[in-house]
Amino acid sequence: MDIGAIFENTMRGFIGEQFIFFALAAIGLNIHFGFTGLLNFGQAVFMAAGAYGLSMMVVTWGLNFWVGVFVGLVIFPFILAVILGAPTLRLRADYLAIVTIAAAEIFRIMVRSPTFDRWTGSSDGLGGFATDFYDLSPFDPSERYFFDLFIGNQMWVVLIGWIVLAMAAFACWLLIRSPWGRVVKAIREDEDAARSLGKNAYWYKMQALYIGGVFGAMGGMLRAIGTQSAQPDNFITDVTFFVWVALILGGAGKVLGPVIGAAVLYAILNFSDIVLRQGVESNNIPDSIMSGTQVGQVRFMLVGLGLVLLATFRPQGILGNKEEMALDDR
Amino acid sequence: MTADLPANDAVNDPEAARAAMRDVAQEPGVAKPDPILVADGVARRFGGLTAVDVEHVEVQRGIITALIGPNGAGKTTLFNLLTNFDTPDAGTRTFDGNVIDKVPAHKIANHGMVRTFQLTKALSKMSVLDNMMLGATNQRGEKMWRSMVPFSWKQQEAEIELEAEALLDRFNMLHMRDEFAGTLSGGQRKLLEMARALMVKPKMVMLDEPMAGVNPALTQSLLQHVVGLRDEGMTVLFVEHDMDMVQEISDWVIVMAEGAIIAEGPPGAIGSNQAVVDAYLGSHHGEPLDLDADI
Repeated sequence: MDIGAIFENTMRGFIGEQFIFFALAAIGLNIHFGFTGLLNFGQAVFMAAGAYGLSMMVVTWGLNFWVGVFVGLVIFPFILAVILGAPTLRLRADYLAIVTIAAAEIFRIMVRSPTFDRWTGSSDGLGGFATDFYDLSPFDPSERYFFDLFIGNQMWVVLIGWIVLAMAAFACWLLIRSPWGRVVKAIREDEDAARSLGKNAYWYKMQALYIGGVFGAMGGMLRAIGTQSAQPDNFITDVTFFVWVALILGGAGKVLGPVIGAAVLYAILNFSDIVLRQGVESNNIPDSIMSGTQVGQVRFMLVGLGLVLLATFRPQGILGNKEEMALDDR
Repeated sequence: MTADLPANDAVNDPEAARAAMRDVAQEPGVAKPDPILVADGVARRFGGLTAVDVEHVEVQRGIITALIGPNGAGKTTLFNLLTNFDTPDAGTRTFDGNVIDKVPAHKIANHGMVRTFQLTKALSKMSVLDNMMLGATNQRGEKMWRSMVPFSWKQQEAEIELEAEALLDRFNMLHMRDEFAGTLSGGQRKLLEMARALMVKPKMVMLDEPMAGVNPALTQSLLQHVVGLRDEGMTVLFVEHDMDMVQEISDWVIVMAEGAIIAEGPPGAIGSNQAVVDAYLGSHHGEPLDLDADI
């Protein structure tokens, strides 16, 4: 066993790119579900909106990188929030859940379709839109940085990602501890009570859907920048559920819950991946139990098992408060 | 602790308002000297069932009016219609001189009418203080973009906190300010809901069964608070089953049965009203039972 490689991989999961993308999306989902009580089962579509907002502006229409960033973070999530929210937010919470899960698939299948090939690149996706971003990098692409964990370009994405993530968590904290946050929490607890006190529940839910979508778009856009491509299959339904796992693991309704949750999730994924892989390679795990190609699936089984244990012994998540959770049962 | 509540003035003098009611005829739909809330021809049907069909009803300003009636009489439905939590199939509602038919439920509070609910809606996972502070209207920090600029709302927030604490103190709940509302008992939740409604600084408070599920030890304190609202010039309309409460604190009683207003009058007289007795006990009591009648 190569302890060094295990540690390196686990750390990369703990603080690396994947963690940052999903932590951002989970912060957005936390505003939706954890604070406002909106059941969004299509966070992947907001992530895709960020990725395609940027890449289409730059590649398809040849606009400036920063225009693309603006469109991906501000305009696309706005359009999506209005389309998803306008018909459903006056209704019970489950309607939004249905509409979001469908919208995420519709969007993915549409951008994947050959019909829109000249705008979206269909299944190949779009690439080469992030050169302006990497031109700003102070890191040498051929060097390794930060205890040799990341190569130059990766280091630049991780550094910017951390800054964006810190700002996003701070913005979320500001929102939630303000009177605005008090209103959305009241809507989560009881919409009619909030309305009887003069709060326009529909409007607040729309705002929360939008602002949470913006954080989702940040995650999706950074992912597209990090991988230098926007591809439809990066935004499949699984992505939404990873975001949910990160949120539930860390603790919904806590500002840092989704950040901790995403870090722990990717640390566990990377850790189990490398341990299993090394076990298979060194024949400590015989071929009859698992082959190298099955490692990817088995680690998700382990994560699933971990979630079952979490739901049994710590349903409130890592940061959650058990007493607070128990109040629901009264 | 009266600074943030409407001051008593000539128009809002409860004594005068009660005195004026002495000359009001005891008949359903009667006109009041100074009505704050008027409903005209309000009807609500659920499929074939007519839940509410009220020809005309007025609620006098500055007094406590009780809305009573047997189960299924349509009291809560009328309540929802008056507060726009439900939309009537027909009819007009006027509050304080303004027609409120098209006003969405959340704007009713800004007009000065605030309601509570039969099933108490304490916001469980929020602190008692947050529950209270939510009630204040026109908060600058409730705007999404401004909320992220704390110095633009900090001062108002501090003022609201003082108001909330003063109200909590008056309702003897100040020691619980930091506890989750979900940990309160049923009676305490009713108190919290009433105190929270006052944060809106309403002209009229609508209480849907304020005594339901309240521990008897808290009943008197709750009653005194309701009377206190009137004595500060607010109008109170409440739905209630508990006749003791109705007799004790109400100034005027409106009786509903089968969706319509069937009687009105002062609490002392309403118990002997024939229509009311019929509604509660059935219209054939007192007559000999006819066992051979066709069913």
